[in-house]
Amino acid sequence: MDVAAALDHLAPRLSPTATRAINARRLSGGASLETWAFDLDDGTPLILRRRPDGAAMRETALPLASEAALIRAADAAGAPTPSVVQVCAPEDGLGEAYVMRRLEGETLGRRIVRDEAFAAVRPGLARRCGQVLARIHAVPTEGLPPLATSDARGELARYEAIYRELGARRPILEAAFRWLEAIAPPPPERPVLVHGDFRNGNLMIHPTGGLVGVLDWELAHLGDSAEDLGWICVNSWRFGAWKKPVGGFGDYDDLLDGHGGGITLDRVRFWQALGSLKWGVMCLMMYQSFATGADRSIERAMIGRRTSETEIDLVALMEAA
Amino acid sequence: MISHPTAAELSEAVAAFDAEPAVPGDARQAFLARVADNARATLAREAEYGARLEAEAVARLTALLGQTGDFATLNAGLCEALKTGAIDPLEPALLAHLRATAIGQIAIDQPTYGGLAALLDGGGRGG
Repeated sequence: MDVAAALDHLAPRLSPTATRAINARRLSGGASLETWAFDLDDGTPLILRRRPDGAAMRETALPLASEAALIRAADAAGAPTPSVVQVCAPEDGLGEAYVMRRLEGETLGRRIVRDEAFAAVRPGLARRCGQVLARIHAVPTEGLPPLATSDARGELARYEAIYRELGARRPILEAAFRWLEAIAPPPPERPVLVHGDFRNGNLMIHPTGGLVGVLDWELAHLGDSAEDLGWICVNSWRFGAWKKPVGGFGDYDDLLDGHGGGITLDRVRFWQALGSLKWGVMCLMMYQSFATGADRSIERAMIGRRTSETEIDLVALMEAA
Repeated sequence: MISHPTAAELSEAVAAFDAEPAVPGDARQAFLARVADNARATLAREAEYGARLEAEAVARLTALLGQTGDFATLNAGLCEALKTGAIDPLEPALLAHLRATAIGQIAIDQPTYGGLAALLDGGGRGG
């Protein structure tokens, strides 16, 4: 498929003053989804998200049309998102795809937690994350595309089943499963829209504008609002700035206050610990694709050795329990 | 012995990467080259203190479980005891073993990881 040619053809429908698409280039990304950056000849900066021809969908990932609908719903609720410009139709020749605005800023956590360029926005970022999550969690769930519903016990059981299937012998993960099972909060009375992957890497941060866009909605589902608050506190996304529990840039109090004060720190810390445990199991899963021969890259082999980062974090959390 | 991946699997993956023809300017290959460098450093650390850490783990597990055996047997025994609830996940003697295990493993896999400093600092409610 010639993506550049298809975008060129689509250009006049993406902006009334455009005639052509230029500078189409594929950004690095996963195998399950392609991301392309391009511009219109009237200067509009855009992004194309598309599923590669014949690519299998991840079991838990959403169809792209659903992802686009969620971004529009979050946008309408006042959360910063890259506005969706067009959901592609079959005759557009791009397969399953949509086009959104390209935002200016940085997603790399290493830079966001450390670079001088972000020093001015870092102090307010945790509170802002709480505020933005509150807006996402307030999106009316009626009228949203079909979404899975999950809760703490369900997630624990799902990841324990995956762990057992892998056949690894990791006492720290075993202990964490039992500990978290014993303290798992009940399902929320009313499940809310949960982004599902709200962390450094999926947050567009501008040096003066702060959080300007929440990206990558493919793991969105209905569930416990504390899940999103806990996930951004997982140490694996703090990029060495471990003293700042919220994304390596902020403190728990600011995140909780920004969200409105209705969630307890204990509930967030539970989901943070479950987040570390899930990331540990995911590292083992990704290693498994090396072990089975599905992907023999050095990257897939080495990611198994990141399981121990989640183990040391889980030990710290268990000691503090 | 450390698994998922084992040192042998890592060595094999590094060798396979090194055998690939270099493509100047290829961003993916440049990324993988950095990963391969990390893997070589991990293998060197494992060769240096892997055996000592395993011997220490066997001594701790022997005391904790009141059994004897090699590392794989004792470690599997501990996993089973946790799974069945025979050992409580927050029991201090267990946590002391898990703490030493985590510190030893991160020293091989990722010695600059922030979680090590956090754990040695006491972690607590700050992290």
